[in-house]
Amino acid sequence: MMPLLTVHGLSMRFGGVTALHQVDFTVQPGSITALIGPNGAGKTTVFNCVTGFYRASSGTIHLQDEYQQAEGIDLLALLGEPLQWSDLWQPHRLSQRLYYKMFGGPHLVNRVGVARTFQNIRLFNELTVMENLLVAQHNQVDSGLLSGLLSSRRFRAYEQAAVARASAWLRFFDLLPEANRLAGELPYGYQRRLEMARALCTQPRLLCLDEPAAGLNPNETKALSQLILTLRERFAITILLIEHDMGMVMDISDHLVVLEHGEVIARGKPEQIQQDPRVLAAYLGTQTAEKGGL
Amino acid sequence: MDIYIVGQQLVNGLVLGSTYGLIAVGYTMVYGIIGMINFAHGEIYMISAYLTAIFLALASYFGLQSVPVVLLLVLFATVFLTALYGWSVEQIAYRPLRHSNRLAPLISAIGISLILQNYIRISQGARNQGVPPVLDGVWRIPSSAIDQHFIQITYLQSLIVVTALASMALLTWIIHRTALGRACRATQQDRIMANLLGVDTDRIISVVFVMGAAMAAVAGMLVTLNYGSFDFYIGFLMGIKAFTAAVLGGIGSLPGAMLGGVVLGLAESFFAGFVNSDYKDVFAFSLLILFLIFRPSGFLGVPEVEKV
Amino acid sequence: MSSRVSRALRVAVVALLLFAPITGLVLSGYQLSIHWQRPLWLAAAVLVGYFTLSWLMQHLGWLDRFAASRSAVQPTATIGLSGPRPVWIGAAILFALLLPFVLGKYAVSVAILALIYLLLGLGLNIVVGLAGLLDLGFVAFYAVGAYTYALGYHYFHLSFWLALPLGALLAALFGMILGFPVLRLHGDYLAIVTLGFGEIIRLVLNNWVSVTGGPNGVSVPFPTLLGLEFNRKAKQGGVPIHEFFAVEYSSDHRSLFLYFLLLIVVALLILMVIRLKRMPIGRAWEALRENEVACRSLGIHHVTVKLSAFGLGAMVGGVGGVFFAALQGFVNPTSFTFFESAYILAIVVLGGMGSTTGVIGAALLLTVLPELLRDFSDYRVLSVGIAMVLMMVWRPRGLRQRRRPFFVIPAQDLPKAPVAVSQGVAEQ
Repeated sequence: MMPLLTVHGLSMRFGGVTALHQVDFTVQPGSITALIGPNGAGKTTVFNCVTGFYRASSGTIHLQDEYQQAEGIDLLALLGEPLQWSDLWQPHRLSQRLYYKMFGGPHLVNRVGVARTFQNIRLFNELTVMENLLVAQHNQVDSGLLSGLLSSRRFRAYEQAAVARASAWLRFFDLLPEANRLAGELPYGYQRRLEMARALCTQPRLLCLDEPAAGLNPNETKALSQLILTLRERFAITILLIEHDMGMVMDISDHLVVLEHGEVIARGKPEQIQQDPRVLAAYLGTQTAEKGGL
Repeated sequence: MDIYIVGQQLVNGLVLGSTYGLIAVGYTMVYGIIGMINFAHGEIYMISAYLTAIFLALASYFGLQSVPVVLLLVLFATVFLTALYGWSVEQIAYRPLRHSNRLAPLISAIGISLILQNYIRISQGARNQGVPPVLDGVWRIPSSAIDQHFIQITYLQSLIVVTALASMALLTWIIHRTALGRACRATQQDRIMANLLGVDTDRIISVVFVMGAAMAAVAGMLVTLNYGSFDFYIGFLMGIKAFTAAVLGGIGSLPGAMLGGVVLGLAESFFAGFVNSDYKDVFAFSLLILFLIFRPSGFLGVPEVEKV
Repeated sequence: MSSRVSRALRVAVVALLLFAPITGLVLSGYQLSIHWQRPLWLAAAVLVGYFTLSWLMQHLGWLDRFAASRSAVQPTATIGLSGPRPVWIGAAILFALLLPFVLGKYAVSVAILALIYLLLGLGLNIVVGLAGLLDLGFVAFYAVGAYTYALGYHYFHLSFWLALPLGALLAALFGMILGFPVLRLHGDYLAIVTLGFGEIIRLVLNNWVSVTGGPNGVSVPFPTLLGLEFNRKAKQGGVPIHEFFAVEYSSDHRSLFLYFLLLIVVALLILMVIRLKRMPIGRAWEALRENEVACRSLGIHHVTVKLSAFGLGAMVGGVGGVFFAALQGFVNPTSFTFFESAYILAIVVLGGMGSTTGVIGAALLLTVLPELLRDFSDYRVLSVGIAMVLMMVWRPRGLRQRRRPFFVIPAQDLPKAPVAVSQGVAEQ
């Protein structure tokens, strides 16, 4: 099967520091893929590159488009690339580049089907839970100025559909009773779930979760694992996650990518990774001691 | 083009630029340490102009004659009190807002700016004020020149450049060579970490405001002596100009502030001299906008990486 | 106790040092006139004030409420659709309609000015309060509107009714052109760029004498109503309104006309702002104010969304400018200094940034109060500045509690309704 996400030769440099070096990996559709590695290995940097918040220094990131065409969507092009001399005699390319330079950015990555959550939760604190989810559906409702001001039938229909969709996700995440509370006054665990619900409201094909279990207690973590599995099974959403909780990662993921010092040192199924001597040496060695074995 | 006219604009630009640089230091240091544009900094400069005039008048009231003694006394008094104003503004209007949202300190600063302007207007009157000429005299290069063929440098102009350079050198020394300066640099790099390591960051932030105000006071005194007249509204224009200098040099960078000041001073005086003097402020503001759009990190600043 | 006394004394000493030269030694020419008692009084006031405040804070917890509301990350929401109750809205409308007939001519002239400031306040509130963009050059758009009418009439005999949409569009266009490159920058830079832009507009209007008349300004005719003029004798080729209706000429007609016209425009704008808060674009503005990075991760282009707020705000500013020109009958650059921008910003800030009722209250307060307190006009701006600082220190989110739109959750028929997770876990 064609991979949903293909990352090839991804490198990222900040000034003189190389954060990522020649990272290659793929995410199969319908899979749960986990990025693991010690602190500072560059996991979040990979996330930021994939979701378009950082512009990769070199390499390519492709997302399979909905029609399964050959090369898929070039995510880096959506961020706006520097103009080149050769564009001068290719007016179509030039206009495309200019367009993406002016209007490109991470929002376009989201619009082709990649949603994400953040390590440090980023909610709209002074908006209600429901409003948070409605903002996420900005591109699916009638955002025209006139139809909104006149409250046209089309506008109301779209708003209703958006509220219904948001309610469905709230129920899925057990947040329905909180719909009209301010997002900022929710307890921490609820905020994590709300952020996932909000990302899902953009109807992504690939959901990137940055340490979703951070700060949760073991019960909450268990519920979360269950939830992620349900997401995949019932809604066919592919999941890419960063996680430090090895128990959870080994339980739910189909495929692991291990990063160390910005390089991929191993990839494979959880069982293979647990055996991999390089991984054990670099990372799990200390973890096994702490967790009492995997 | 007449070499002497070019030379004269060069001198004027340098003099203007060094005062911009001195005030820009206040913007750049505060921005570097708490990431905020201290909008009231221009008013601090304006207050120092009033203090200079008041202390000069006080000196003549007590019958002090010797020019160097008077200038030194006025300098110390002005710098001290202006710094006290800078410190108080920080205590009252910015410190309580350390953890509030992004807009709050800026709005508070605009409030302070209105307060200071009107405080001066009410207590000193709205009319133009002035100081008597001190330290008259000029150098002409070449000294034997006749007609218009010379470059003129007043004693005060040279005093401005020399004092500006000396104050910058002193500040650079403090920042790079003393324990206080090390604490400042540490706080600028990472406030939370510096605090964990035992640096009293609140005190350091106060110190930065005090140093910025002191530099503005030096500039205020020099400009007042040079131009002789001022009013309660001068802080606004000077404030934006100095901020422009800070942006040009790269906001957050100390040598950048001085470089930006000199570049802006030269650009402005050449524009005024050779293009159009009515539009020199428009030119400076346009420079500010263009730099913010196309090169927000200025000449010497480091581009910001957005933290996600 | 003693520590409080010594602290208060120290504060008083600092205050004395600060006040002594500025208030005690007043420059007159190169001489000084000495008022030694002024700094002493001020320092004494600071001493007593500081002492009382800190005593109150400790013993009555009087200010704790304020402190708490600042430290809390979010205010608690009084959820509900209800703004002010309908009774109050009805009373306000009735008052506005009857005002000219009850309070007379002078009140109308004050009210017209108040309405113009209210208009500007509402416009800036969209930019600052809702979208969280600090615009310090709002007066530039006001100037664009005013000069569109003035110069449009001067050169092309543009009528008020054409100048109104044209001024609005031109102001919005200026806003867009300025905003597009700037709005992608780090937040505080926007404040400075708009400030610089406002000054550039003013300086160009001032220096480009051949076109704008420079400091001498341009005169502007009074608007006509469907071709009817408000002059004693027809000047603009129409019929004077008093002749048309066969009534006695009165200069009151002018202000009545302008008052009611402004009232309609402001009412429409208020309705629009209330709608906007419940529309996708308004939600996106507020979301951007809260967290820009999150917005971008949700497919919202921050630049275009900000641009819509900026452009709409500019547009309202332009409309305000056209009205201002019509009211004054004359425009020159001195009406468009930075101070005007700061004053409009003060209206938004004192109204509690984002609250429509707050802005209405603050705009009326800041225009009516100075009229009532003419004797203290010297202290007007000073008090505005103090109020701004106090507001930021104590109540940055406004005096009143926030209200958010309430959503009724559809009970049944949720699309592809998944089961609650807790049940899923329980089944195992």
